[in-house]
Order: sequence, then C-alpha cells, then structure tokens
Amino acid sequence: MIRIPCPFCGMRDHSEFTYGGDGSIEYPPLDASKEEWHDAVFLRDNICGVQFETWQHTHGCRMWLVVERDTMTHEILSVRPAHPGLASALANEQEADQ
Amino acid sequence: MTARRLDKGGRIDRSTPVNFTWDGKALTGYAGDTLASALLANGERVLGRSFKYHRPRGIMSAGVEESGAIVTVGEGARREPNVKATMQELYDGLSAEGQNAWPNVRFDLGAVNGLFGRFFAAGFYYKTFMGLPPFEWGHGTRLWMLYEKLIRKAAGMGTASREPDPDCYDHAHAFCDVLVVGSGPAGLSAALTAAEAGRDVILVEQDFELGGDLLTDPAAEQQRLDLVRAVEAAGARIMTRTTAFGLYDNGAAGLLERVTDHIASPDEGIPRQRFWTVRAGATVLASGALERPVTFENNDRPGVMTAEAARVYLNRFGVLPGQRIAIATNNDGAYGIAGELASAGAEVLLADMRNGDVPETPSGVTQKSGVAPLRAIGRSGVEGVEFASRSGDSWKPAGKEPCDLLLVSGGWSPVVNLSSHRGAKPFWNESLACFLPGETSEPIFHAGSAAGVWRREDCLASGAAAARKAMGEEVEEVAPGGWKNAIQPVYEVRLPDSHAKAFVDYQHDVTGDDVRLAHQEGFVSVEHLKRYTTLGMATDQGKMGNVIGLALMADALGKDIPDVGTTRFRPPYTPVAIGALAGRSVAGHFKALRRTPLHDWNLRHGATMTDAGVWHRPWYYAREGEGIEEAYIREAATVRKTVGICDVSSLGKIAVQGPDASEFLNRVYTNAFAKLPVGKARYGIMLRDDGIVMDDGTTWRLGEEDYLTTTTTAHAGKVMVWFEELLQSRWPDLKVHVTSVSDHWAGVSIAGPKAREVIAACLAADEDISNDVLPFMGVARITLKNGIEGLIARISFSGELAYELYVPAGQADAMMNLLWPAAEAVDGCLYGLEALGTLRIEKGHVTGAELDGRVTIDDVGLGKMASAKKSFVGSALRQRSELLRENRPQLVGIFPVDRSQRFKGGSLLCDPDAVTGFGEGWITAVTHSPALGHWIGIGYISGGAAAWKDKTAVAADPVRSGNVDVEIVSPHMFDPEGVRMHG
Ligand SMILES: [Zn+2]
Repeated sequence: MIRIPCPFCGMRDHSEFTYGGDGSIEYPPLDASKEEWHDAVFLRDNICGVQFETWQHTHGCRMWLVVERDTMTHEILSVRPAHPGLASALANEQEADQ
Repeated sequence: MTARRLDKGGRIDRSTPVNFTWDGKALTGYAGDTLASALLANGERVLGRSFKYHRPRGIMSAGVEESGAIVTVGEGARREPNVKATMQELYDGLSAEGQNAWPNVRFDLGAVNGLFGRFFAAGFYYKTFMGLPPFEWGHGTRLWMLYEKLIRKAAGMGTASREPDPDCYDHAHAFCDVLVVGSGPAGLSAALTAAEAGRDVILVEQDFELGGDLLTDPAAEQQRLDLVRAVEAAGARIMTRTTAFGLYDNGAAGLLERVTDHIASPDEGIPRQRFWTVRAGATVLASGALERPVTFENNDRPGVMTAEAARVYLNRFGVLPGQRIAIATNNDGAYGIAGELASAGAEVLLADMRNGDVPETPSGVTQKSGVAPLRAIGRSGVEGVEFASRSGDSWKPAGKEPCDLLLVSGGWSPVVNLSSHRGAKPFWNESLACFLPGETSEPIFHAGSAAGVWRREDCLASGAAAARKAMGEEVEEVAPGGWKNAIQPVYEVRLPDSHAKAFVDYQHDVTGDDVRLAHQEGFVSVEHLKRYTTLGMATDQGKMGNVIGLALMADALGKDIPDVGTTRFRPPYTPVAIGALAGRSVAGHFKALRRTPLHDWNLRHGATMTDAGVWHRPWYYAREGEGIEEAYIREAATVRKTVGICDVSSLGKIAVQGPDASEFLNRVYTNAFAKLPVGKARYGIMLRDDGIVMDDGTTWRLGEEDYLTTTTTAHAGKVMVWFEELLQSRWPDLKVHVTSVSDHWAGVSIAGPKAREVIAACLAADEDISNDVLPFMGVARITLKNGIEGLIARISFSGELAYELYVPAGQADAMMNLLWPAAEAVDGCLYGLEALGTLRIEKGHVTGAELDGRVTIDDVGLGKMASAKKSFVGSALRQRSELLRENRPQLVGIFPVDRSQRFKGGSLLCDPDAVTGFGEGWITAVTHSPALGHWIGIGYISGGAAAWKDKTAVAADPVRSGNVDVEIVSPHMFDPEGVRMHG
C-alpha cells in the first residue's frame, strides 16, 4: 500500500486516490495538430525510477495532484497540486510559515 | 514416545480441565493448553499423514513452523483444514481430526503411495504433463484431466467446508509511532523503551501470552511479569493472538487478530477475526528465530521434534514429551533443555555432532561428541536412533541407541520474513550458520534473535537499541551471536549412495534426493529449485526446510550458500483466512449499492428492481398476471398512447458555474455551447482526448453563469473526475466551479401525449408550461402545487412529448404523490428500465451499451454534432485515418426479415455468405417494439445502413439461439421526423 501526503488533507492511503496518468505531459492546445496530440496522448516512457504521475484525491478533497514517485521502491519524493496557481500559493504559504 | 503430563510445573491451570475430541475420541486437557500439548499429554503420536507419501506424522515443533501436526478443526460450516495444532488454543468442546488419510491417520490406505514413491519425485507433474506439447490443447491436457482426480485424492491438504462461512470478520485500522512485532525479551524491551520515551507504541504478539522465550523459563517468570507490567504502565497498546503477517509500503503492516478462535461459544456479535491495517512511523521486528532440523533417514517419524519444542512442552505445558530421550545438536542451544529433561525424570542422551569444545554436560545427562543422527528407527513412532560419525567428507554408521523421543537442533534461523517482504535481502552469516536480516532504507529495525542475538541479556539490550533507532537516535548495534562454542553446520546426514527417504520440506514431502535430482536436471537458480521441487511452497513457506534446501543445492553446485542466494519471502507470514481479507464486504455488502430517493415509493407501487451498475433501479411495474414481457410492452405502449412516469434520478448531474462556464462547456462538447440562451437545454456529446465518444447528455442553462449538466448513469463519476482534471490541470485559468449534485435532486421523466396535461395539473396556480412558454428544449424553474420548487426541462429520450422534472431529493415522494394520481386519471403508467430501453431503441437513441469506449461520433451517426468552427477535446485525434474510415461499423436499426422471428442482444451481424469469425458487426440491444409490432434491435455494422440497403444480414448467435436473417435499417425506427416530441 502506497501512502500519499495530500497537500490539503495530510498523509492518506492510496485507496483514497485514483491514479491518473503521466504527470510530465504538457497537453497541447486544442487547436494543435493531430501529430502533436498523438505524441501527447499515446507516447509514454516506461520509467524504472523516479517519475511524475497524476493522482486525484477522489475520496478526499477531490484535488488533482502531481506525485513524484520512484517506481522501484514506491517512495514518494514530492506531491503538489496540479493547479499551478494553487501550487504556488501553497508554496508561498509554506515559505511564510518557515 | 511415552509422553505424559507432569503433576506440577508449566503454565497450564490444572484446576480447569478442558474436554475436547480427537478423531471422535473424548480427551481432556487443561486451560492454557494448545491442541498439540493436550494431544501430546494424552499420548497421541500420529496426528497426520504426509502430503504425497501419506507417511505418519506427529508433532515436530511448538510453533508457527509446525509441519507435522496439521489437522482439521471444527465441524459443519466451521470446519477448517490445515490448522497447526501447535497454534490452536484448546477450548471446551473443541473437535479436531486428522486429515489427508482414510480411514484415519493411524491406519491409512493411502500409505501405499509410499510404495510408488518414484512417481511423486520432484518434477513429476512437469514431466508427465508439460512434457507432452502442446500442453494447452493437446495430449497433455487430456492426460492431466485423467490423472488430476487421482492425484488430488492422493495428495491433499484436508478439505474445507463447502457451506458459506457463518462467521463475520472485521477490518480495523490503527496508527502508531512504533510498531513492535514480537513480545519476547527483545520486543518487550523495545516496546518499553519507546513507550517510556513518550512514543505511541503498538506491541503485537501472535501467542496468547506475552513473553516469547520467557514463557518457557520458569526462573524468568518474575522478570517477565515486571517487563509486561512496565510496558502496560508506559501506555503501549498490546495485542495478543495477533500476527503481523505482512509489511507493505510506507510503514503499513497487515495484522490478523484471532478474536474468538479460542472461545467455545463466542458471542455472535463478535467477529471471529479482525484484519488490521496499521500505519507505523517505524517498525521493530523482534520476531524471534526458529530452530531448524537436520535431514536424515526417517527424520519425519512421529517422535522426532526440535529440541526447542521439548523445552516448550516441558516448561510451558507441563508435559514430559518422552521418557528415553536422545538429543542431537550442532550448537550450544540444546544443552539447557537436556538438563531440564533429565531433572524432570527422563533418561537423556545428548549427542553433539561437533568435535572439539562443547559446553559442560548437565548433570544427569549422558553426552557423546562427534555423532549425528543417521536414521530414526521405528515406523509410527521413534523406537531408536542410529548414529553416524564423520568419515572424511561423508559419514559412517556409529551405533544405535533406543529412545522414544529424538530431539534435533540443526541451528537457528532468525525470522527475517517480514523485512524480506520489503525487499531487504537477508545475508548469510558464516559463523552463526544462518541468514541475518538485510539492510533496508525504510525505518525497519530488527532486535533479539531475529537479528541473530542469542543470549537473553543481549536480547534486552538489542530491543532497547532497536527502539532508539526507531526514534531516530544513533546507537551502537548489539552484535549477533552469543554462544560460547561455535555452531558446526550440519544440514544432512547420509551414507554415500543412500537413497532413503530423508526430508527437507516435510509439508510438501520434498527429500534431499529431490533437491539433488533438480540439480541433476539443470536447475541452478533457487527460484527454479523452489518451483520445480515445491520446496518452501507449503503453508509453512519453508520455515523449517528452506535453509537446508539451499545448503543441499549449494553443495550440489559446489558453491557456498551466499552464492546460491535465497528466495524472497512474500506475505502472509502465516496463512490468513480469505474471510478476514473480505471483512464485511460479503453478500449484500459485496459492492456498493445505490438507491434513488424514490426507492421506497417505487417499491410501494409495485416496482420489480434490477441492478444497473451500482444502482438499484425499477425494472418494470407488473400488474396482476403480468410477467416482465407483458409488463414492459404494456408500459412502452402506454407511454406512446397516454403518459408514463419513469424514475431517472440516477442520471449524473453536475452544476457547472462561473464566469467561464460557457467557454468550458464549449471546449468540452463537440457542438457549440457558447450561445445557448438562458432557459434552454442542449443535447451534447463529449469526446476523450483520443477522439472516441466519452459520454452524452443534456446541459441546461439556468442562468448567465449557471449550468446543470446531466450525464449517463454509468458515466456520472467518470465525467465529474474528467471535468475536475480539465479545470485543475489543463485549463487552470478558467474561472469555473463544478459540483456533483446527482444526489441532491430526485428526477422523473414524464413522457407521452398527455405529459403536459399531467404536469399542468400538479403546478402552482400561476405556473404555465404551454408550448409557447416552455417549447421543445426549454428549461424553467417551477413550483408545484404543494409549494415544492424544482426544475423542469422539455427533453425527450422516448421520442414523445416529454419533460424531466427535478425536485430536491427529500421532496421526491411529495412530487410523486402529486404526479401519479394525475397520470392515473388519464390511464397513464409507471415505467421501468425495460420499457425505457424499448422506447429509446425504437428511436435509435444511444446509451452505455452503444457508447462502449470504441465508437466515434460518426459511428453513432451524430457526426453533424461535431462543430467544424471550433476546437474541442478530441477534435484533433478524431481526424485519425482509422477513425475516418468509410466502412467502420456504424449505428443501425435491425429488423427480422420474417417479422415473427426474434433475435438476441449480443448476436454477431454477418454477411450471409460468411457466417464466421467476428462477422461484420454486432447487436447491442433488442426489444419487442409495441409501436412496430415486432422485434427490433440496434447495433453496429460495417458501412452502416446504406451499405446494407438491399442486402440481408444474419444475426448469428452460435451458442444460444442460432441464426436469424435480418434487415438493416436506419436506427431511427419509429417517428424518424420527431413529430411527436415537438407536439
Ligand atoms: Zn486531499
């Protein structure tokens, strides 16, 4: 069982979350070419080691998160909100706390 | 073996006798006994028959590693096979029996297998069945089918009850700073150190008493009591009868608590077992060590057991397990018990396999050095032992001695299983001749004999040190070891060229010869050895035999043990009942079940329910004398004739609100949403990134920045998750908020020519839903007669004049109590899922069965809904050439050529000249159409209706009803112009 530290709810069992997909993908704009969309949707690395992935805290705060996880050890190195505005707001808040 | 209960000593309560039965025989033990100690005290020696050869087996140990006394406990539905008698607490009325034998364990006809032993050698299954290619479909399978029954009968592990489990099981959760596994000196010391430092500690013990090794030392009782009291006083949470069976990621541990397995008639409200998930900040493994045997001829005879077992039976249970006892050891550990057995009145011969320095011989004990057990004499019980002495690299006979109990100590194996679950690879320690726990970067620390620390005072220090490490302190390790004289490894004793039965893994009847045979046949990896011989794959997971197996393999390979390596242990450490893993998720609670707000109202009005995904929905409302077919056909016909009311509360409903709500919906849906006026609804289709249809539904614009989006019942959750992902990660600049309001509204569809009339009769005085005020696709907030405020939309799934009316879930009954009398007054009906299906199939409307994650918007015939003027999710990849192919399967309607015939959903659509393979398409749904008067269906076929205009197809259903000639038509089979719903 993996445990994920949700930035909003704290450390929770992974059964509260739903796996999304590759967190490193930058999806192109809707009017981009089908070739660009093909690469974004279908091409994936099969990483043995640290990768970014998206998870949603479905049975918690419903937030989409970007999780940095080692696929060999299941170690979680970092978690941040997928929403960039929320991520930077949270980072600022943490900085202020310190 | 002439075991007997002593008059005093041990931890049992002689004032509380406990009656139990063994193979139907009434016996008596005492409170505090295990089934094994009570059987031993009653002189029972043969307790089981072995897996393959049906050899008589008795008690071999006193713990979880037991491989001989494996019995069936309980009767009827509670009959449980493969229970280790050493771990089963005795209770009044316990009934146990031997297994894997007929007619009983003392006289077993299956023992003739022993004569055909060569058929059961390592790899027998593989050679016989896998060796006949192709295994899947050829020879091998047929042979296997033939032999399987025979083999299963001959080689078995007891039989479980076939009745449903009458007990209940719980799941429970806990958190702690430090989890301590094991309550021997090291575990108690660790728990005490951490708890006194203010840490939240959980101490887990699989036994029913705390103390581990201290329980078998009468002189240490005061020390044990002091430690336990101190741990309790320091506030540690203590769980006995609880096994930590597995360690998982991030400090999670799986525990099995046996709540009532020791109680004669437990309270029915109490679960039999609890499966705990504990999340610990750090874990201290004080899981102890297990004594291992030595492989020699007949080392499985009843009366051969570990030296430690004798110590437990004597000191804890007051049973002297033999009168004339031979002890064979290669280490210092067995000297103590030798003296204790002699003091208890036994005649003891201590044979030390070592030459050289050995401890002082305890008083009353005869000692011999340099001899090892070569063979146990006797059949259903040990009558003597033949010794061997070293002769170069091998052994030679060295005389016989009579005995009724043969104790063996081949060394100790620390229980490294739990950290191995986490990938910590155990490493071989040459001087201690055992695997020590491996390194891990996780906060898992070993203490006591689990870390190879043998002496009690060192174990106490080791426990304290492990606790300090668990608290993040830097401390010095307590060095493993502690015996005065070195162990001299002996794994197998045999004469050159002897092929006598000498066991490595008792439970799976794996012999030393099997290991050598595997090597001879080319198996060099331990993982392969394990699978080929099945060594270590029985319910004890090789607790007794693994190390010996590795040593023999290393010897055959001419390698050292560390070079051969070891297999990784997997959870569970000891078997876990499936019932405990299932917990309360059984029967009606196996999966979540959702009820609509109208559930009770529907039942009161004659609904027969069906499961649709997670929902429980009305299927049909049968009237007197009706079955399902009569009911749904009447309901569908009534809708087209007068009016029908259907509970559609299960549809997904999402509030989409905010200044950018229009822009958001415009990107999500394939068709234009930007200019949808307030007070209007629009049907929309959304695609996935890859251009395939995700879901469809209507969206109602309630205000400038306020929309209500409905989804199909099946995809409600998925669409919500998708909206959240888009807004949070792809389009964070959009100011939109989405809220699932599926549960907030009760919804009904009122459909049929009299729908407006029925609703109008239920509205508050000043409300108006005339065609001018509420035209087709109009939406309005509305107040009913009794003051209930709701939403109404004029949308139609049935093709009739129809409305969806939503009111707050709590007002569902009140709404129906207005609507239903009004509908009854015009001969209307309630209709269920089956009639809903009929009406939508007649209209060719798609639902989950058609939107199966493989179809494009063009496939379902709605290509004109894909806007060419804007980009939307999926607009790029729907242009892939495969998705634009002309002859893709497309949505069609299906009629039987002979209108009196019927066909079935799931049939394949084929060209009449090629009724084979996957055909040209498939049928997704069928119904009898009351409007058309015959059976119809919808489905997909290559090229769509246009390609099959003048051609008959065959609905092929090879496994059920056979083939029916069908006509391929437009999916809009009834009222294709939509005259009725605009009325
Ligand atoms: Zn959360």
